[in-house]
Amino acid sequence: MDFLRPMSWADALAARAEHPGALPIQGGTDVMVEINFDVHRPDALLDLNPVRELAEWDTVDGRLRVGAGVPYVRVISELGDRLPGLAQASRTVGSPQIRNRGSVGGNLGAASPAGDSHPPLLAGDAVIEVESAARGVRMIPATEFYLGVKRNALEPDELIRAFWTDPAPGPQYFSKIGTRNAMVIAVCSFAIALHPAERRVGTGVGSAAPTPRRATAAEEFLAAELDWENRTPLAVSAAQRFGELVKEAASPIDDVRGTADYRRHALSVMARRTLTWAWNDYMGKSRKEAS
Amino acid sequence: MATPIKSPGHVAAPGQGGVGDSPLRPDGTLKVTGEFAYSSDLWMDGMLWGATLRSPHPRARILSVDIGPALATPGVHAVLTHEDVPGRKVYGLDHTEDQPVLAFGEVRHQGEPIALVAADHPEIARRALERIAIEWEVLTPITDPRAVIADPANLKVQERGGIARHQPVRVGDVEAARARADVVVSGEYQVGIQDQAFLGPESGLAVPNEAGGLDMYVSTQWMHNDLKQIAPCLGLAEEQIRMTLAGVGGAFGGREDLSMQIHAGLLALHTGKPVKMSYNRYESFFGHVHRHPADMRYEYGATADGRILYADVEIVLDGGAYTSATLNVTGNAASLGVGPYEIPNIRIDAYGVYTNNPPCGAMRGFGAVQACFAYESMMDKLAAACGISPVEVRRRNAVSQGSKLATGQVIESPAPLAEMLTRLEAMPMPAELDASDIRDLPGGASQTTHGEGVVRGVGYGVGIKNICFSEGFDDYSTARVRLEVIGGEATALVHTAAAEVGQGLVTLKAQIARTELGVQRVTIAPADNTVGDAGSSSASRQSYMTGGAVKTACEAVRARLLAMAERKLGRWLRSFGDLNVVGGKIVSRSQGVLATIEEVLGDEVIEETREYHHRPTTGMDPVTGQGASHTQLAICVHRAVVDVDVDLGLVKVVELAAVQDVGKILNRLSLEGQIHGGSAQGLGLAVMEEIVVSGGLVRNPSFTDYLIPTILDMPPMRLDIVENPDPDAPYGLRGAGEPPTLSSTPAIVAAVRDATGRALTRVPVRPEHIVA
Repeated sequence: MDFLRPMSWADALAARAEHPGALPIQGGTDVMVEINFDVHRPDALLDLNPVRELAEWDTVDGRLRVGAGVPYVRVISELGDRLPGLAQASRTVGSPQIRNRGSVGGNLGAASPAGDSHPPLLAGDAVIEVESAARGVRMIPATEFYLGVKRNALEPDELIRAFWTDPAPGPQYFSKIGTRNAMVIAVCSFAIALHPAERRVGTGVGSAAPTPRRATAAEEFLAAELDWENRTPLAVSAAQRFGELVKEAASPIDDVRGTADYRRHALSVMARRTLTWAWNDYMGKSRKEAS
Repeated sequence: MATPIKSPGHVAAPGQGGVGDSPLRPDGTLKVTGEFAYSSDLWMDGMLWGATLRSPHPRARILSVDIGPALATPGVHAVLTHEDVPGRKVYGLDHTEDQPVLAFGEVRHQGEPIALVAADHPEIARRALERIAIEWEVLTPITDPRAVIADPANLKVQERGGIARHQPVRVGDVEAARARADVVVSGEYQVGIQDQAFLGPESGLAVPNEAGGLDMYVSTQWMHNDLKQIAPCLGLAEEQIRMTLAGVGGAFGGREDLSMQIHAGLLALHTGKPVKMSYNRYESFFGHVHRHPADMRYEYGATADGRILYADVEIVLDGGAYTSATLNVTGNAASLGVGPYEIPNIRIDAYGVYTNNPPCGAMRGFGAVQACFAYESMMDKLAAACGISPVEVRRRNAVSQGSKLATGQVIESPAPLAEMLTRLEAMPMPAELDASDIRDLPGGASQTTHGEGVVRGVGYGVGIKNICFSEGFDDYSTARVRLEVIGGEATALVHTAAAEVGQGLVTLKAQIARTELGVQRVTIAPADNTVGDAGSSSASRQSYMTGGAVKTACEAVRARLLAMAERKLGRWLRSFGDLNVVGGKIVSRSQGVLATIEEVLGDEVIEETREYHHRPTTGMDPVTGQGASHTQLAICVHRAVVDVDVDLGLVKVVELAAVQDVGKILNRLSLEGQIHGGSAQGLGLAVMEEIVVSGGLVRNPSFTDYLIPTILDMPPMRLDIVENPDPDAPYGLRGAGEPPTLSSTPAIVAAVRDATGRALTRVPVRPEHIVA
């Protein structure tokens, strides 16, 4: 197995073009496990750790551009105030050691439906910046990035450079079911993000379909239901209906981690609860502004 | 040749502590800092790596095996099948040799070893395995243990039939008692397959020696019993194999059976080179036996005030394809099937059954765990039916010293269960829920609730476990103790073959030597088979048995030391027979300090070897189950407080409180660790740990999907350790490692039932059971 170690982004893209069979590796928290267990045997590993650009984040015209290699621990500590939903999801990833190494870029590369960062990226309208040496940069909305179980929209010569998203314009929450209280792969997960300026709610459903996905009907229902102007309390029936619509958006399976029925049920509960928290925050902000 | 291992024995035991103190473990710092050498770290220049080809099928006939392409792989030194086993082709525990060294004719479970490869590099060995071609005739696996009991003659995985053991227990007249009962309750309970989940994979090193034999460095619970199985299969005499204990990374019963020992030996003898084997995590799930899953039916009748009149019980344990420890596990399930309660009329039928499911054997609690979940669930059911509290129903039926167990065995030493329950009930309750930190809520950092849907529940559990081997087994231990002056200081060397598997025996052996010999400096020799059998590090027995052997050997050394002192100091002594050794000095009761140990010993060496035997036990009557089959009995009681998110089915165990009678505290730090660890393992069984099997195939052989509790799942514990000495045991001690594993599981499930109102008849409880 060859080990490619480009020292710059340009070299990384060149190496990627030259070795389409090479598997990019950043933290290795997923790739190395699979190699150790002989699940995959790539011709080569393309080590992106020396590419310092990937470990940086910046604000460009008010939008956040977060390098694919920024580890979860830094998403939590440096971006927690601007991306609370993603930070909450990051806190649920593995153990402290895993969060030191693992990154959102790795999650996007693996494209597992259970990846914890996908639902908040979907709810927050993230766009994935990918690049190839031959064709340059391509911007792929998160909604179009996930194609199937562990399949993403990346071409063989492309690498993930960063993801773009707005600093949270409103309350965000992430919630995940696991059968223990830490270090657990999602049985199912849900993210919500309020976009008050657009009078809209974003959602992301994880581990309950072949790909992470939005609950579009649930979003549309809420856009019409919520009283953004007067910030009036959420009707219990509206929260219930939202939960039902999120549940209907999922197409889960039975596996060792949980049953399809349980996943659907749990999604409806998480959707209802996270909406309630987010809307209460939104109303609270209103009260604070008023005073 | 330098020894390839650095075992805890090479570290002189530090600290000043005798029995009752809490000196730190000599291997503790090394383990915490990652410097301890485990068996998977063994290394020898020029060694080869062994690898194992395993069956993908739970049941299939092997029509042909082609090793040619594998053998032709560059870097491969040997490819072996059952045809290359020079001696007996089968091995097993307790004279039930039914486990093939390498499969011949048929495979009986997924993961059964078929062929071995030795190569220069583990990667080459794994590639070579892929080149071994096998032609199969795949058969339908036998996977339903109840079907086997219904038709044991036809559904037989083993030639001897489908049932490994049926142990009945018959006391009194159940039918007559049923007619008298005011209250009758019944239940069916299931226990899933729990794994020992030790972190050190099966691994070891076999080195050919000059005499045509082997030096083996193994990670095991019982070296001498390994040797008894290894030697005949390799066609060697036991004397030709030198066994040394390598660093053991946890055991919990999973290392009572052999794993890679014979295989590495075969490859080493065949190639003439040292051979190392080390399973990866996936393989490890197929490399050792698990806890028997159980299917149990219970019916109790009682008076209106909750006094049990009869118990009618059926326990079915699925032992998988080979016998392993199934016979004794079944015996325990039968003899302890109704727990520490006085019940005048009993009918128990316990079955251990062969199937093509994963082989099951020893695991902490050993047959008593499964029954405990059922009988404690029944006690709660009875309490509810009689309208009395769960604690009160247990107190009303509790055994005490002088009570009879289901086997008719009289409990001869203290067993104050009712008093322990009262102490447990009186312990303060944990604080009410503080929802401000989500890590304290069900779901933890996954943020499934901010307090919504969370309901608190409280539950109690009681368990009784036999300590030491039962049913007539003489599981003695041997210790050699040597006293001499080294560098001007009296030094004791303690040598046993007992396996340190993490339980802290190396610490305790030094404590005993300090107490008995009055010396400070104690060295623990590496465990090997140049000293006699120590028996197994299981059944919570090593403090009792090897502790007893070390104590006895020390007493013999001390007697010789004092005789030597009388001889040397005789002309100054006013009377003989009143000398003792205290704090490194020879002391006379009437004259005070007379000399130091060093002055008396000079350059002489005192060495004594002693065997220690526990009091004899009897078998269980094959028809009535009666007999004084247990050496010692130990009781632990738990109270669990849980918060359950009843909408999502997620559980947070808020607190576990325990009262355990240990007879005598030898090392409080180690003891508390044992109780914490045992309780955590019981917590795992209650709410998450299960090897999921369907059609004989394991669905989750990894720590990604076989979940064990983390520090965020295991709550703080409140302990009340009781000391009622057992006059038969060294220092009055009572084995302590297993009892907490029994009672924490039913206590937690009872608490979840209390919070949710659900029946919850199966462990581990899954979220879908709670929200269903």
